[in-house]
Order: sequence, then C-alpha cells, then structure tokens
Amino acid sequence: MLKILKYSFYDLMRSRWSYVYFIFYLLLGFVLLFLNNDVSKAVITLMNIIIVLTPLIGTIFGVMYYYNSREFTELLLAQPINRSKIFMGQYIGISLSLTLSLLLGLGIPFVAYGLFKSAAIFDFSLLLVVGSFLNFIFVALSYNIALSTENKIKGFGYAILMWLFLAVIYDGLFLISLMIFNDYPLDKFSLIATMFNPIDLSRILILLKLDISALLGYTGAVFRKFFGTNVGMLISMFILILWVVFPVFRINRKLRKKDF
Amino acid sequence: MIEFKNLHKSFGKLTVLDGLDLSIKKGGIFAILGPNGSGKTTLIKCLLGMVIPNKGEINFNNKSVLKKWEYRDNLNYLPQIANFPPNLTVIELINMVKNLRPKESEESKLIKLFGLEDFLNKKLGNLSGGTKQKVNIVLTFMFDSELIILDEPTTGLDPIALIHLKELIQEEKAKGKTLLITTHIMSVVDELADEIVFLLDGRIYFKGSIEALKKQTNNNNLEHAIANLISKQYA
Repeated sequence: MLKILKYSFYDLMRSRWSYVYFIFYLLLGFVLLFLNNDVSKAVITLMNIIIVLTPLIGTIFGVMYYYNSREFTELLLAQPINRSKIFMGQYIGISLSLTLSLLLGLGIPFVAYGLFKSAAIFDFSLLLVVGSFLNFIFVALSYNIALSTENKIKGFGYAILMWLFLAVIYDGLFLISLMIFNDYPLDKFSLIATMFNPIDLSRILILLKLDISALLGYTGAVFRKFFGTNVGMLISMFILILWVVFPVFRINRKLRKKDF
Repeated sequence: MIEFKNLHKSFGKLTVLDGLDLSIKKGGIFAILGPNGSGKTTLIKCLLGMVIPNKGEINFNNKSVLKKWEYRDNLNYLPQIANFPPNLTVIELINMVKNLRPKESEESKLIKLFGLEDFLNKKLGNLSGGTKQKVNIVLTFMFDSELIILDEPTTGLDPIALIHLKELIQEEKAKGKTLLITTHIMSVVDELADEIVFLLDGRIYFKGSIEALKKQTNNNNLEHAIANLISKQYA
C-alpha cells in the first residue's frame, strides 16, 4: 500500500493543480494577514473560506483522480496486489497531498507573520486540523460516489451535489426546521443535526474556540456548554474521525464486489 | 493450467458469460476469438480477478483464484487501452511496476527492441498512442511468468513493432509458456495461434486447432471460416 501511496502522492505533487492550490492558499494567507493586520482576525476570515473550500477541492480532486486514473488502476489491478491496498493507497495519497498544500500554503505566511508569538496559535492549529479532516472526509466521500457511478459526468455531478448539499442546502433545511419548530426545545436537535454534517461540525467547533461565539445567543450557550469543554471537543473530534472511517469502510465493502 | 467451470457473469440485464466451461493446457498460444461483445475481455478479466463472476469456479494451477491476489505474480497482462498517469515519465513507470513486483525483469532488452531509449525521460502524457502501446508491451513482457495474457496487443503498432511483437510472442512460446491472445486481426491468429477458442453467446462455441476449424466450416481461408462462425449469430 505504501508504494501505491508514494506514487499517487508524487503523481499529484507534480501535477499543476497541486501547485495552483498551494499558491492559492499562500496568497490567501498573505493577503488576509496584510488586510487584517491581526492573526486572530485573519483566522476567522480564513475559517469561512476553509470550511467551504477544502470540501469542494477535496470532492473535485477525489472524483477527478479516480476517473482519470481508471485505466492505470486497471494496470495495477492486474499486478499481484490486494485490491483494497491499491485504493487505500490512492485515497491516502490524494488526501495527504491536498493536506500538504493546505498546511504549507497557510502555514508559511502565518509563521512568517509571527504566529508563534501570537495567542491565536491554538485557534490556527485547530483550523488546520479541521481543514485536514475535511480533506480526508470529502476525498473519501467523493471516492465512494466515483466507485458507485460508472459514468464520469454523472459521478462528477453527484459529487458536486453532495458538496452543495452539505455546504449550503443542509444549513438551509436546518434553519427552516428551527423556524418551524420554534415552539419546541431545539437544543438537542440542533446539536445532533450538527453532528450529521462534517462542515457544520467543523464550523461550530472553530467558532466556539474563537471569541465571537457570544454572537450565537442562547443556542450558542448550549453549544458552548457542549463543545467548549474538553469532553465536547473530544467527542466532536471523534465524530470527525467517524466521518472518515465510515466512508473508508464503505469503499472497502464496495470494492469487494466491483467489476473493472 | 487454467480451468473455467460453469462461469456466469451478467452486467445488469446483459448476460455476458452464460455457463462457460473451458480448460487450457500448459504451453502454447491460444487465440480467444469472437464477435464484438462476446465476452472475450470479460473472460480474461475474470481470470485476472478484475471482474467478479456471479457463479462458477476459476482455477489456475489447480488453485481457485477467486478473492485471491497472490497468483497474479505468475501472470503478465497487457490491457486493451494503455493509459498511464500523465505526470510520470516512462522510466519512472517502469521502475514503479518493477518496484511493485519484486521479481526478475529484463526491461533494457525490450526498451532497445522497441526503440524507446529516447522516450525514457518523456512524460507519459506526451506520448502518442502507438508509443504508449510499446511501453505497455515492455511492461508486460519484462517479467518472466508462466502465463501471458494479451488483450488486443496489436492496436496502434507500426509494422516494425508488430514484427517485433510477433517474434517476442514466438520466443515466449518457445520457452514453454502459455499465451492467451484476443484479437480481431486474423493474419495474426493464422500466424501465431496453436489453438482457437471461439466464444459466442457467453459460451465456448468452438475449441480446437486452426485446421480443425477450417475443416468444420469447409473453408480454407481462416478469415472466412471465422466469418462463417460469426454469421451464425447474425442469422
């Protein structure tokens, strides 16, 4: 598996898109720091971007890589290697190269600006951890979609829809349900509904670590009580891990019956 | 050496292999023929473990191959369409496959034979279809395995490369290896094959030597003899 991982990783590291992605984050980091002139403020703006963008890029890269390397995967499948090792190698290769672009692209400007002397270092690292999780989650989800869909265009469409649903539509439905069931106690419901969407979970996890959570009002207090504590933090991290484990598990199950 | 027993495979409503039985002895060149969509590639992919049959048994050297992968160390496969990661160079790809398969390999002789020396440091994405097929052939023949499976090996090759390929196939046969070849080019079959396996409607319609086929169809020309077999499907 490590060999496949290595080659997928090198292959991606040499593709133009990895650099575009890396340079994008690099520029973003510098621009935000110069505009805000303050690390903690830059972290907030960055959060809004990362939480929507990393899932999108992860989704697109995952689907693209799967479909583009289909013939090559067939060549690998004819070699004496276990099927699931091939796909796990590819999956980890993509996720790692995206994560590296994220970490380096944002890490360099923030370190250059004096992150280590700033109080925001913890928030910033949390942001990077969550961003990396989102990479792993969405590459796994998109691999699931690609594995289940033979047609490239359809697979691409479903993957984008999945991203759109989790990044935008889910929140809309969530808000509508909060409005409709306004008369009922909703704190448990909203807590649980958050768990079912990795993007929401990541957003709230970071928001509550930042000082702006007071803006969230009553529900914010409930969330704060939950996520603000170490236990809540651990539980949310655990759920993010589950969000990686389940899709990966399904990839392996799907592979057992898949024809190439 | 290879045995298929009562093999069934369907993709949705389309039945491709319908209770196919076939056994292939060790040594010699076997041409797998049949009209388009008759299940040639599916049959090969079942043997390779890429397509999972609905029902049936496949044995390779008297061991079942289903859900296993170790047996693939003893076979080489040339896929129909050669498409490689565009960002790797030819030599990197060759080294990668060598790395994945820790086994004796003799790629330098083959690289020379197909005149690929100048392409070694070029990226695979920039190669023409024929050159890619040559790389594909190098990757297939560089390992020493008992069984060699070639799916449409002649696609895109220029006449010189084609002659080299045919020589290569003959050489491997002389070493006592088993070769399975699918192709639509009858002159290749006529020149190389010891035995023909003709697939139709997901079953073996004919198996035997070229002579036997000519006799059975009352036709002296192989191309017409095969056309004769296929036309029964259209009738």
